[in-house]
Amino acid sequence: MATSSNAALSMAKPAAVAPAAPRGQARVAIQVSGMTCAACQARVQKTLSASPGVLDANVNLMTAEASVSYDPALVSPEALAAQVRSTGYGAALSRDGADALAEQDAARAREFRELRAKALVALGAGAVAMIASMPLMAVHAHLGLGAPADPFMRWSMRVLNPPLSLSLPWLYAVPPWALTVGLLALTTAVMAWAGRHFYTRAWAAFRHHSADMNTLIAVGTGAAYVLSLVATVAPGFFVARGVPPDVYYEAVVLIIALILVGNMLEARAKRQTSTALRGLMQLQPRTARLVRDDVELDVAVDQVQVGDVVVVRPGERLPVDGEILSGVSAVDESMLTGEPLPVEKRAGDRVIGATVNGAGALRYRATGVGAGTVLAHIVKLMREAQGSRAPIQRLADRISGIFVPVVLSLSIATFVVWFVAADAAPAVRAFAAAVAVLVIACPCAMGLAVPTAVMVATGKGAELGVLIKGGEALERAHAIDTVVLDKTGTITEGKPSVTDVVLAPGATVGEDVLVALVAAVERASEHPLAAAISAHAAGRNLGAMEVQAFESVTGRGARGAVGGHVVLVGNQALLAAEGITTEPLDARAAELADRGRTAVFAAVDGVLAGLLAIADEIRPTSRDAIARLRRMGLEVVMLTGDTRRAAEVVARAAGVERVVAGVMPEGKVAEVERLQRDGRVVAMVGDGINDAPALARADVGIAMGSGTDIAVEASDVTLMRPDLRAVADAIALSRRTMRTMRQNLFWAFAYNVVGIPIAAGALYPAFGLLLSPVLASAAMAGSSVSVVTNSLRLRRFRGA
Amino acid sequence: MEPSEIFVVVAGVAAIGWVNWYFFLAERRKGAVQAKVGATGFQQVVIRVEGGYTPARVRLRAGQPTRLVFDRREDSSCSEEVVIPEFGIRCFLPAHQRTGIDLPAKRAGAYEFTCGMGMLRGSLVVEDA
Repeated sequence: MATSSNAALSMAKPAAVAPAAPRGQARVAIQVSGMTCAACQARVQKTLSASPGVLDANVNLMTAEASVSYDPALVSPEALAAQVRSTGYGAALSRDGADALAEQDAARAREFRELRAKALVALGAGAVAMIASMPLMAVHAHLGLGAPADPFMRWSMRVLNPPLSLSLPWLYAVPPWALTVGLLALTTAVMAWAGRHFYTRAWAAFRHHSADMNTLIAVGTGAAYVLSLVATVAPGFFVARGVPPDVYYEAVVLIIALILVGNMLEARAKRQTSTALRGLMQLQPRTARLVRDDVELDVAVDQVQVGDVVVVRPGERLPVDGEILSGVSAVDESMLTGEPLPVEKRAGDRVIGATVNGAGALRYRATGVGAGTVLAHIVKLMREAQGSRAPIQRLADRISGIFVPVVLSLSIATFVVWFVAADAAPAVRAFAAAVAVLVIACPCAMGLAVPTAVMVATGKGAELGVLIKGGEALERAHAIDTVVLDKTGTITEGKPSVTDVVLAPGATVGEDVLVALVAAVERASEHPLAAAISAHAAGRNLGAMEVQAFESVTGRGARGAVGGHVVLVGNQALLAAEGITTEPLDARAAELADRGRTAVFAAVDGVLAGLLAIADEIRPTSRDAIARLRRMGLEVVMLTGDTRRAAEVVARAAGVERVVAGVMPEGKVAEVERLQRDGRVVAMVGDGINDAPALARADVGIAMGSGTDIAVEASDVTLMRPDLRAVADAIALSRRTMRTMRQNLFWAFAYNVVGIPIAAGALYPAFGLLLSPVLASAAMAGSSVSVVTNSLRLRRFRGA
Repeated sequence: MEPSEIFVVVAGVAAIGWVNWYFFLAERRKGAVQAKVGATGFQQVVIRVEGGYTPARVRLRAGQPTRLVFDRREDSSCSEEVVIPEFGIRCFLPAHQRTGIDLPAKRAGAYEFTCGMGMLRGSLVVEDA
């Protein structure tokens, strides 16, 4: 992917221009259809300009778009569109992403209904045509003109003819010419209604010097139709040359019917490839409840502005992103981050729009609205990913580009060879084989093989909280053999926290008092560990106490007077200098150090009171995730700036065997390159901000986000939750997808490589086997449906 | 070989030759269309979508934003989406409507656009002015 600038991203949707406008003025873009000339343009523009509330209207003929500035107090966009319609032209408001998808859905649903109706009618007509042809074939056989060349018809005649002649004797009494004319009428009707689009589209493509699936169907059925027509109108022409005047009406109708059935199933399956994206878009609530001037009011979600105060009741969906002002609640973010457990949120925490509030009520300030929300960002990324292309598709692209003309050539060659080589009825057999070649060949399966898999896989990834940037990233990720994990913030939480509070034997204070006293001193300090202690005290709901006579002792700790007590907080050296021994707690401190935790001692009024252990804890999911990665056959490497000793403590706890310690931030890139020089395919997992260069350098850069902010520029894959298990999910998904794409391509190619020669009659010399055009069309219809269905199986992926 | 067979062989070879000429060679001769620069600073071109893209080759100036207007004159599902991989765009084109797609300025080079399934194709040739 070359660019992903915001400009490019916003363009993935149809241009909907709504720049910021002064209050009392808004802009809207209206799509106008039906304008053909400058006069039309002028008429629409005049009508719009004259409408009340319109400040300025500008109609562009080329883009078929009207850009209107209006006063929202006087007129609504819908009313403006209605104004345009009143002039006789079509008008639609510009679509945002969700509406575009809805429109696409509607178009697909319409297509499906239309195809279903056509397929059912054509199938019915096919059955009628089949029955009506039986007496005709019986007559031909009776006249000694031989059995039909089409094996499918020969078989159906053997099976159907005897019962039919008994049950429908009147049909056999109808003169053959009447039957033939009846079949001609039926076939013409089916072609003109149900099969019409094959011919119009084939013609449109032909005029552009291109050919597609419609070309094959149109030429195949068209040739059969013309031949049958001649046999109907001038049977003598055939009889004089010793060829039975066979008609292929039933084949034409059945071919059209079967291909319509295939298209219908394909349309439905294709729609299902975008269910994940549709699901995400439907998460967006339509309205938000705001507090303005102390009054709660419901407004449309697109009216919410940054800074508005939003109120969410228990169980409601959050309309936009924001920062909590008051209230405590567990919020279910699983739909966006894949995190299964609700996340506890309180004042100051950030929340994401489209997530579901738990049992508490929340009041928050909107920080992200419209296109600025996390949800909009995810949707944009997904659409972008689905617009990308996997390199594996190149082969399919090259072949499908030349496929149809090559098949046309093969079909002609088949006719020539059969005509020259056949021992009996050369023209008829040559014709049947040539038509079979046309209707069995299927370029669609090749075209669908890769994109449908990419669509389903990126959608599945998003459901799991894994955003994959596109087909290329998806494809590269399957080859990963080495996963490099940044330590701080990736394997660990990334911020120190208090893990243990240990009271000294005979301490004069309780745990809570100790923490409160230490926190009071530390609050005045600027030491990095101080923040962890303050946060811990806040988490215990301990009231803040005042510190007096605070004094920082560089490199050792701090002292102060809190509530009449003299409090010392620091290392062994600080306490020793005051003549206080830490000996009763030394063993415990050493044990904690072995687990990567740092002990901070505290003395109250000259007596050792206890210690607080502080550590950057390993995320609870990391150990399990690393075990999974290793089970998948991946080598896991931990990268850190820490000393080897400290790094190894973490590595041991996390289950990582290979550690690269003492790496400066800029050294991470070199480390990734060194692994790549060893022939490794490297995935780098980091936080996306400090690790951006290494993420960009790695074969696949995986950025671990927190859900509230997505740092994606440098990464190929973004995890929506800080959980390394999602890395395993991403790689496993990529492997599954790659397998699906290969299966699809294999089947699509193999199908044509095997099917076309069989249809051409390659098996005839050895086995006497010929493929009927009707069966060939059934095979063709089945092949593209099976490819899409195989891609849809990816939806069942459940993570590594 | 009978005369009829000779006729079929000759006609068949001629037909194959014509098919390959028509679909592979004849279209090459059609030139690219240069996008026009509008008052908005965008260079614009209307591409008709009907069984293919007309024009299929569009010449653009480097370093200038572009608006491609796809005028879809059919409802064939084959052309319902246009994909421009270099720009990460997959866009639905409603039937019988014009849909504008804006592209940021690009460096010189050739960029492909295709239908959703990669069957119909066209190219954007970006050239230094």
